[in-house]
Amino acid sequence: MPSLGADMDSGIVSRWMVKPGDEVHRGDIVAVVETEKSTIEVEIFENGIVEEIVVPEGAEVPVGSVLARVGPGEAATVGARAPARAEAAPVEAARAPAKAARAPAIPAQAPVEAASGALPATAAPPQRPPTLPPKGVITSPVIRHVARTLGVDLSTIVGSGAGGAVTRADVEGAARVAPARASVRSSPLARRLAAETGVDLASVKGTGPGGAVVERDVRLGVPSPQEGDRVAAAATAMPMGTPMGTPTAMAPGDVGGGGNEPASTAEAGVDRQAALRHAIGALMARSKREIPHYYLSTTIDMSRASAWLERANLDRPVTKRLVMPVLLLKATALAVAQVPEMNGFMVADRFEPSRAVHVGVAVSLRSGGVIAPAVHDTDRSSLDDLMASLRDLVGRARTGVLRSSEMSDPTITVTNLGDLGVEAVFGVIYPPQVALVGFGRVAERPWASEGMLGVRPCVVATLSADHRASDGHRGGIFLSAIDRLLQEPGEL
Amino acid sequence: MTDDEALDVIRTVLHEVAPEADLAQVGPGETLQEALDLDSIDFLNFVVGLHERTGVEIPEHDYPRLSTVQECVAYLAAAG
Repeated sequence: MPSLGADMDSGIVSRWMVKPGDEVHRGDIVAVVETEKSTIEVEIFENGIVEEIVVPEGAEVPVGSVLARVGPGEAATVGARAPARAEAAPVEAARAPAKAARAPAIPAQAPVEAASGALPATAAPPQRPPTLPPKGVITSPVIRHVARTLGVDLSTIVGSGAGGAVTRADVEGAARVAPARASVRSSPLARRLAAETGVDLASVKGTGPGGAVVERDVRLGVPSPQEGDRVAAAATAMPMGTPMGTPTAMAPGDVGGGGNEPASTAEAGVDRQAALRHAIGALMARSKREIPHYYLSTTIDMSRASAWLERANLDRPVTKRLVMPVLLLKATALAVAQVPEMNGFMVADRFEPSRAVHVGVAVSLRSGGVIAPAVHDTDRSSLDDLMASLRDLVGRARTGVLRSSEMSDPTITVTNLGDLGVEAVFGVIYPPQVALVGFGRVAERPWASEGMLGVRPCVVATLSADHRASDGHRGGIFLSAIDRLLQEPGEL
Repeated sequence: MTDDEALDVIRTVLHEVAPEADLAQVGPGETLQEALDLDSIDFLNFVVGLHERTGVEIPEHDYPRLSTVQECVAYLAAAG
């Protein structure tokens, strides 16, 4: 279950688009997941063959749970320790929970105790660190550290030292024998966090340099105790941190036993509303609690941009026309190149800039609520492409079908409340992002220039930014850059 | 195009653009953007929808003539 936004704790698999045996390619939509905020199409990040659907339709699981298994598609590798399996890879099943209960992927004869790390579905996610040695294995703190660093499970090692103690050579040998495990690149912080929280690094998709697992990836894979309890109570919990390639044991009858019958549509609508309000409230409260916001504002002369847009639209058929928010979006994305402290994520009080610029666009939902999916590579897209993306994105946000990548990776957000007629908007930053740019209504205002007073279309641009990542001086430069870019609309 | 045909098209397109909006609540003289909470992209989608269904070219400077259902009907009926 991918994290589709900082405010997401769990998700419901509402539909599988693939089934075991199907071939999938990176970018394919394999499942539809419902969160508190929206319905999201989940894309897959691997090529391969769907081997197994782990979570049935209708079941709710915490972020980080394995949804399905995808393998290279060679029968020989479908063994116990098959390497190179992709976790969090969704897939069809069109099975009601009740039916899934009768057809568990792992039949009853699969000995539960043999599946290391796996727990019956009714148990809470395991809390023990995976490298903690079981009783009987003699180790030292140094050896445990080495094992943790190399991603070796000490309980699988037969010690060759005195009295059966595990030596460093044993651990390093095991690491060589299990290249799939040892090849998980990870940061020291991520390894420490993984050891503390019981998350298996191998089951985490790395988003750091070269695909390395970094701290935030591990955090995304950690359930809060609350979630664990809740989901366990619903008897749909998947064990967290199940090692790759280890079959997940499920007690037949437990899966979907929590009565996940879909509520009536009207009821679901009301629930969705309440859940969305709750999710927004929780995220914004976290933002205001954790992020030391500072706010800046500047008024931008929009006469050139307005004139340019009017002229551009004269030559365009109605289907190709641009709207002002597209220019504002592009100017913001380009300004990031000059002040990179505005674009990226705050991870454990440290700012990690993002090289890609995916501008989140705040879209208000008419039934209440707001959602801010990303327009990918905003800085490198042409205005026409941005217009098409924006129309598509707003439409899908409103009808409630967004893609996983759109929800999970905005690097900075733009909110444009101008259509509602307000002059200025001072936004609340979406954690873990560090900046939000707000645009008010483009309206005619008195404007003094070169000793003359005139009337020009203007917009108030505001910046809410995280003081941990930047200071007001840099924020001011950022807003000035947006202003300057909007004075040359033809260059956008 | 008759007024009734135009009204049909307008209702269909509005429903596509704002599926959650209750069109019955919108009076013929009410401003659509306010009554249905349409932003600039919604409105563009509305204009595109009208164009695709009727073939009527709607230049940007005519947008102010499409602010109510009544005006939209009159505009489409006059255009074709």
